[in-house]
Amino acid sequence: MDLLVETFFNLAIMREALPLLLRGVLTTLALCAVVIPLGFAGGLVLAVLGTTRSRWKRFLLACWIDFFRAVPPLVLLIFVHSGLPFAGIELTAFAAVAVAFLLNNSAYYAEIVRAGIESIGRGQREAARSTGLTATQTLTWVVLPQAVRNVLPDLLSNTIEVVKLTSIASVVALPELLYAADMARSVTYNASPIVLAAGFYLLLLWPVVRLLSRLEHRIAG
Amino acid sequence: MSEPGANGDYILEARGLRKSFGDLEVLKGVDFRVRSGELVFVIGPSGSGKSTLLRCFNRLEEPSAGSVVVHGVDLMARSTDINAMRRRIGMVFQSFNLYPHLRVRSNVTLALRRVLRKPRVEADRIAEAALARVGLADKADAYPSELSGGQQQRVAIARALALEPQLVLFDEPTSALDPELVGSVLTVMRDLRAAGMTMVVVSHEMRFAREAADRVVFMDDGCIVEEGSPEEIFERPRSPRLREFVAEVTR
Ligand SMILES: Nc1ncnc2c1ncn2[C@@H]1O[C@H](COP(=O)(O)OP(=O)(O)OP(=O)(O)O)[C@@H](O)[C@H]1O
Ligand SMILES: [Mg+2]
Repeated sequence: MDLLVETFFNLAIMREALPLLLRGVLTTLALCAVVIPLGFAGGLVLAVLGTTRSRWKRFLLACWIDFFRAVPPLVLLIFVHSGLPFAGIELTAFAAVAVAFLLNNSAYYAEIVRAGIESIGRGQREAARSTGLTATQTLTWVVLPQAVRNVLPDLLSNTIEVVKLTSIASVVALPELLYAADMARSVTYNASPIVLAAGFYLLLLWPVVRLLSRLEHRIAG
Repeated sequence: MSEPGANGDYILEARGLRKSFGDLEVLKGVDFRVRSGELVFVIGPSGSGKSTLLRCFNRLEEPSAGSVVVHGVDLMARSTDINAMRRRIGMVFQSFNLYPHLRVRSNVTLALRRVLRKPRVEADRIAEAALARVGLADKADAYPSELSGGQQQRVAIARALALEPQLVLFDEPTSALDPELVGSVLTVMRDLRAAGMTMVVVSHEMRFAREAADRVVFMDDGCIVEEGSPEEIFERPRSPRLREFVAEVTR
């Protein structure tokens, strides 16, 4: 029992690792602040492009989206970080993570937004067009606001996955939260920093998870 | 080609309209004209092409052949700005199609603000006047879901009126309403007619047709079979198909 507490809940070690982990939290937050808006914006763009009437454009888009949903994000990240330099494109660790996440997340967000767009009946579009709105204006002011609102829970749960996924940035030595915790662990030979990191993730995500279940409740009820 | 002005009498003039969905020909060469201030009623059995015809009048449906001229402008011409023309042609749908995410006021102002680029204050003023016309001045801040069906349909009418259309198309405006709510919508339509609005109405409200229509058009199987005054159509139907239809709906 003592050993368990000693290894996982060692307060002295946690205190020692705290500054390092706090910097990790900041990096994780910075990563999220870049990766989430970028991924969502990319997803919106892909979903909107997907409303084209041209069949082959839709096909190409579907291929793009399927591809980036099928490739494991870790593989994608390693490829972007250590593969692209062979093509003469050198990216910082942070930029590599941002690019890999943009490619991966936007594909997921796109699928969610597409479902949202499809949930809007033809009548909404027709009413808007009958008052003289262009197709783009109709999408902007009538379809997308409703589409996004209809799939808000899915968007949120995808966002939670994205936040968790930022921990894979540790493989390219970006000192985000998990990387910092693992460094502290390997220096102290003690797992307590990892437990502390878990606590931080919980702190970060718990409000979002609460919000999500409230939303899901509201929609179900 | 008719010269501009030659058909000045007619707000809407459609000639030889055809529309096919795949192999199914839904409109088989329809000629349809509406004079300024007229209320034309379109009746006919389900599937006869009434909605399709109406939707060709603002090109929500693309005719396969034929011409549609509204206020002297050929809607089918390449040079025609269809969005600008649609603002002059109001449309009211069976299912209201209000924007559920916007308040009543914003439902009415959306096109004023985003298309006509009117400042908020002016758009709101126009919206409130339009809502007053349909008796809903006090509902401007409500969301559509907080209104009854009849109120929603009147908001939809206000949304069309706010753009000062020269013509309003109604596609079964009361068919989705509980019977006790139909009256409020018909009252608004009566007021519109009294104010000289040009209207084309697809509806099963035969009593309203008798009382308010200048002309009734009977469609069957993609063609106009018979047209005339309400008395001619309802009291002295000539074609067997119309006789059958009238007998059925007035039973
Ligand atoms: N988008 C479409 N694709 C294929 N067929 C269609 C489409 N729209 C209408 N139709 C068909 O065209 C025919 C005429 O339809 P329309 O809606 O114009 O009839 P209607 O007279 O309005 O009937 P109702 O009284 O039931 O509303 C029907 O057979 C219908 O199934
Ligand atoms: Mg119809």
